[in-house]
Amino acid sequence: MQGYLVLKNGSIYAGERFGADKDLLTEVVFSTGMTGYQETMTDPSYFGQTMVFTYPLIGNYGINLEDYEGAGMKPAVDAIIVKDLARRPANFRSVMTLADFASQQDLPGLSGIDTRKLAKEIRDHGSMPAVIVSELDQAKIDQLFAQDYPSLLLARAKKEENIETFAGTPGGPKIALLDFGLKGSIVKALQKRGATVTVFPGNTPVAAIEASNPDGVLLSNGPGDPTQYAYATPTILELQSKYPIMGICLGHQLFAIANGAKTYKMKFGYRGFNHAVTDVDHSRKYFTSQNHGYAVDRDSLIGTNLEVTHEEINAQTVEGVRLKDKEAFSVQFHPDASPGPHDAEYIFDNFIEKLTTKKGA
Amino acid sequence: MPKRDDIRKILVIGSGPIIIGQAAEFDYSGSQACLSLKEEGYQVVLINSNPATIMTDREIADKVYLEPITLDFVKSVLYQEKPDAILPTLGGQTGLNMAKDLADSGVLAELNIELLGTKLLAIEQAEDRELFKELMEDLDEPVPESTIATTVAEAAAFAEEIGYPVVVRPAYTLGGTGGGFAHTPAELATITAHGLELSPVTQVLIEKSIAGYKEIEFEVMRDAADNALIVAGMENIDPVGVHTGDSIVVSPTQTLSDRDYQMMRDSALKIIRALKIEGGVNIQMALDPQSFQYYIIEVNPRVSRSSALASKATGYPIAKMAAKIAVGLHLNEIKNPVTQTTWAAFEPALDYVVTKIPRFAFDKFERADRTLGTQMKATGEVMAIGRTLEESLLKAVRSLEIDQKDLREGDYDGISTADLKAQLMPAKDDRLFVIAELLHRGVTIEEIHAITQMDLFFLDKILHIIEIEQAVKDQPENFAVVKAAKEYGFSDEWLGALTGKTDAEVRAWRKAEGLLPTFKMVDTVAGEFESKTPYYYGTYEDENESIVTDRPSVLVLGSGPIRIGQGVEFDYATVHAVRAIQAAGYEAIIQNSNPETVSTDFAISDKLYFEPLTLEDVLNVIDLEQPIGVVVQFGGQTAINLAADLEKNGVKVLGTTVTDLDRGEDRDEFAQVIDKLNLPKPQGETATTKEGALQAANEIGYPVLIRPSYVIGGRSMAIIDSDEDLETYMTQAVKVSNDHPVLIDDYLSGQEAEVDLISDGQDVLIPGVMEHIERSGIHSGDSFAVYPTQRMSDKVKAEIVDSAQKLAKELNVIGLMNIQYVIHDNQAYVIEVNPRASRTLPFLSKVTNIPMAQVATKVMLGQSLQDQGYQSGLVPEPETVHVKAPVFSFAKLAGLNSTVGPEMKSTGEVMGTAPDYDQALAKAMVGAGLPILHEGRVYFDLAEADLDEGLAFAQRFVTLGFDLVASPKNLDYLRDQGLPVAPAPADLEMAMAKEEIQIMVNTIDQADQALADESPVRAAAIENEVALFTAMDTINAYLTVLELPEETHFVQALGE
Repeated sequence: MQGYLVLKNGSIYAGERFGADKDLLTEVVFSTGMTGYQETMTDPSYFGQTMVFTYPLIGNYGINLEDYEGAGMKPAVDAIIVKDLARRPANFRSVMTLADFASQQDLPGLSGIDTRKLAKEIRDHGSMPAVIVSELDQAKIDQLFAQDYPSLLLARAKKEENIETFAGTPGGPKIALLDFGLKGSIVKALQKRGATVTVFPGNTPVAAIEASNPDGVLLSNGPGDPTQYAYATPTILELQSKYPIMGICLGHQLFAIANGAKTYKMKFGYRGFNHAVTDVDHSRKYFTSQNHGYAVDRDSLIGTNLEVTHEEINAQTVEGVRLKDKEAFSVQFHPDASPGPHDAEYIFDNFIEKLTTKKGA
Repeated sequence: MPKRDDIRKILVIGSGPIIIGQAAEFDYSGSQACLSLKEEGYQVVLINSNPATIMTDREIADKVYLEPITLDFVKSVLYQEKPDAILPTLGGQTGLNMAKDLADSGVLAELNIELLGTKLLAIEQAEDRELFKELMEDLDEPVPESTIATTVAEAAAFAEEIGYPVVVRPAYTLGGTGGGFAHTPAELATITAHGLELSPVTQVLIEKSIAGYKEIEFEVMRDAADNALIVAGMENIDPVGVHTGDSIVVSPTQTLSDRDYQMMRDSALKIIRALKIEGGVNIQMALDPQSFQYYIIEVNPRVSRSSALASKATGYPIAKMAAKIAVGLHLNEIKNPVTQTTWAAFEPALDYVVTKIPRFAFDKFERADRTLGTQMKATGEVMAIGRTLEESLLKAVRSLEIDQKDLREGDYDGISTADLKAQLMPAKDDRLFVIAELLHRGVTIEEIHAITQMDLFFLDKILHIIEIEQAVKDQPENFAVVKAAKEYGFSDEWLGALTGKTDAEVRAWRKAEGLLPTFKMVDTVAGEFESKTPYYYGTYEDENESIVTDRPSVLVLGSGPIRIGQGVEFDYATVHAVRAIQAAGYEAIIQNSNPETVSTDFAISDKLYFEPLTLEDVLNVIDLEQPIGVVVQFGGQTAINLAADLEKNGVKVLGTTVTDLDRGEDRDEFAQVIDKLNLPKPQGETATTKEGALQAANEIGYPVLIRPSYVIGGRSMAIIDSDEDLETYMTQAVKVSNDHPVLIDDYLSGQEAEVDLISDGQDVLIPGVMEHIERSGIHSGDSFAVYPTQRMSDKVKAEIVDSAQKLAKELNVIGLMNIQYVIHDNQAYVIEVNPRASRTLPFLSKVTNIPMAQVATKVMLGQSLQDQGYQSGLVPEPETVHVKAPVFSFAKLAGLNSTVGPEMKSTGEVMGTAPDYDQALAKAMVGAGLPILHEGRVYFDLAEADLDEGLAFAQRFVTLGFDLVASPKNLDYLRDQGLPVAPAPADLEMAMAKEEIQIMVNTIDQADQALADESPVRAAAIENEVALFTAMDTINAYLTVLELPEETHFVQALGE
């Protein structure tokens, strides 16, 4: 069945539909990772976005029961766009094809698209609203574009807000994790290092978090514009005065905003695995898993108590900050990888070490 | 850290002659690295014995030593040049082994020379099996259970313990030479004994077989600051069991989940950091398809064939970066040469699929053992890029330039399905085509998977191709179906066969429907950043990214995969042509399909199209680029064969016209030319049937030289001296038809000579006349060639110069031509002309210092020889003597008859230069790997006809102090002549294995040469590195060298 991606600027990409055949309004972004489509599709940070995979062969190793990053199997993305969808996946963990997964999870997909052309268009014109439709019916397309995207997202974003605890090793540090759209691999990375992790909804009052008597606090990743999370600022300020704190991705941006910095929307963001980041403390380069459309404005750090700890090697984008006088820091990239390289895992080690030292002291 | 200023002069060691397992890729990496070091301001000294390389051009290094890469000669260079450091990681295994030998000899310590890139310890840890295993155990990285054995008994005991099958890997050998799988104790004993012999340290590794696992390779880079990255991950379609050089390989990895991939990436980075390599490393791993269990198979602490492939596959120039890192620069201090905007500290992201298919010589050598295993057998490879795996695979298949141009059915008619299935394992070179045939016959991919362990993902891609083929057959008039087939890589020719049209009709049809290829950029970043690389591949999609400039352009066709008879020489010429085109003010565009070469380095041309060299693919590029013309003279037979069809399609072929090319290549027309010029030529006939051949041979009179028409490198060429042998040849060696006649010539015995000339239509420049050491009957590519001539009379030389000029004028040559002569009864007979760049062009360009390909290209572009400062006639000859020696890869091609004859068998060449002939000859022989011995035992087994001539040789060996042993048929003859000769040992093969024989002199009846199988004795000689001579003149030359009063290791840089 034919399907179309129509960008806000009028560009039309024709392909073959798979998965759910519903029409929708979305925002199109691309990722250059050559593996990890399952993790990417289910990463809550991508909520509300349609993912274009620049690697042309997607679905090669099928879908397995383990590599989900969100709640259950539910995809976080609105839709996926690929060049060539694998017919016959082969991997010992595969339980179904990507096409079957998309059908099962009501996820629209388009294949047969010149994804390189599309990625370049996004690169040149920036991430933009788009609709996915089965027919080029202009009235229908206009109607879809006329919808209010943020409110659509809010409606779709309904999720259960539970407090949940993941046990680590006995005697390990206790971490309160503020969930703004948490990616499962962060909990796994902490657990692997012995921490017991209690996940709180992002809007949980400080008192409730304090009641869990944590050794440290982690601000999670999450989707969208960090300025839409103003409610988090007082919470973060209060928590950082009491606990060591670490932020990842959106959590990094919220931490920076809380401490006086500003963020801006990037033209097309960084999504992929091959961005090298310098750790300014020991000037080594790390390949990081990245997924962000917003970034912390370097100039806005002037006059704050924040300093840059990490930067991207090409554009010198701010990739990490810390408070000069507190055990509080954050990184823009995903040290938890999944998908992507494991080079930056040491960030978790550093954090855990801080908590353990503090605990021992 | 900025680059080091405590070193100024660096010696780079090249890889020497092209042999299987060590080919053109090291010319690519070596020349890139030398230029990269020069760019950073270092003085570069290069040693490489191979003249057919770009890297030995004078502008690549400050000083080029075209000298043998042996310890003695390299030491001479070190004493003469006193470099501060050596970069040994660019010359393949040869370079690395030489670095180790130099270190062991103490010369590096004595002269205070540092090894850059890879330290001695790392070389040892990666190459010495025991140290490697220890290192892996320290790192907690899994290696298959294994042990080092130094005797067969040790090997057998261990195999009993861990169970069969096991793999045997000899330490320190090229391309896995001498290794193999052993399924039984008997097999183990044979392979181990052989492996121990070949290993310079008498070690083999016996390890658990992981055949059938996924084979994954990583190309890894690290700098002195410990920054490390993966340039490329590659996955073999052929699972573990087939040498990676003989496997079909795709990049990036296809069937690994992110978790699989990152697990193995972590391991690769850990290993390069542990080895403290400053540069590039190739790491091969195996992954159990049913678990996360992986094993490290091998680590190569240097640039490699795979790194050349990875460089072309990703655009990331590994050798260039490795050289910069070796002198201290960090990855984040070097710009990414592809984007020119980002830094080299990044991991390439691909948005296409790359397929590499090895090119084998079995089309020529049908009787050689075609089984693939741990020993590499491919002579070259092709790479293709597509947006789907199907497209990438099909483009690679048609880049191979073999009989099968796609995966259509019918190549295995007459072979039962059961027999075909049996051919799947052990794998042979044609397994892909056997699989396609089986799928055509309805065999399931599951069944093929069960036999081969090839991943179902890949088998399904092949099945998909077959399904598309069926869809086109079902609806031949449905353009939508044809369009889908084009998008999955089908050629017009195949679609024509399926739809009952010619390829031209399919082409016209799709053009009318608006279906034209688009060209996409290889940019290393999957489109994320703007990129300036002029490196493109074709596909059928929406957006074309190749922007045609306003500048007039010239398209140069490369020579495709390296095969015997069409080697790196043609790439050399291609690269020079590009330089000349650029110098003349045009945009130079290259189209080629070979990832190993310098010509496919995107930095060489203004635009590179990495595409197959078929008519369709070339026309596609021409349709877009509209060049002022196409250069076909430098791409070997590949490009020349396209000339006529290109012209038919209205393309301007630069230089000699297609009509005149034909007059040179077509036998009847050429005979007329010769008659017209009244030049001596052996009498010749053409036959299209066996009866015709017999009649022709009898008219001419035996012996005759016979061969099929239109061939490269003398395929199936033979000297025949009886009706009986001719009948055998006609029924067994060739498929003769009206379209494919055989050519029969009077075989004239005599010395051979050849010239390469450049003509502009007015003047004919003859840079040099070369004479061969071996007489006619031995292919020119397998002969020793000497420049300037030593034996030729002035009369004959004058005849050659005169006839060459006449031929050039008569054939209206504009550009290059090569002419081969035989000198019979003091008269030069024309054997053949090749109206294009020849194999000897690089050699002659180097020794005459005339950049022949460049001069010829400028001529084709309209600049006369006089304008370029050249004039008609033979260029004055120097005093210095240059000898070119052939180098063979018989050790890798079991079963191939190792006697030299009219069919070319060598894979590479070396050059020896000295003030006199004997010394030049000695250097050429040493460079070619022949040992200069002063004692030992010589085994004589000459053909009846050669005995009288051989007597003198036997006498000379005796005088030199050698012991003689002889075969039964030689023994009596030599004894009767009074020579001290003993019968050869009863078990000759064992005698050779025990090093009881050092030299073997063996000729066979010429009529048997083309059809005879390899003899077990010669095979044993090759296996045991006995110096083997199969041509009388070569034996004579070798004796001349042995008779030299002393061995010298005098070295001289080119141009000094």
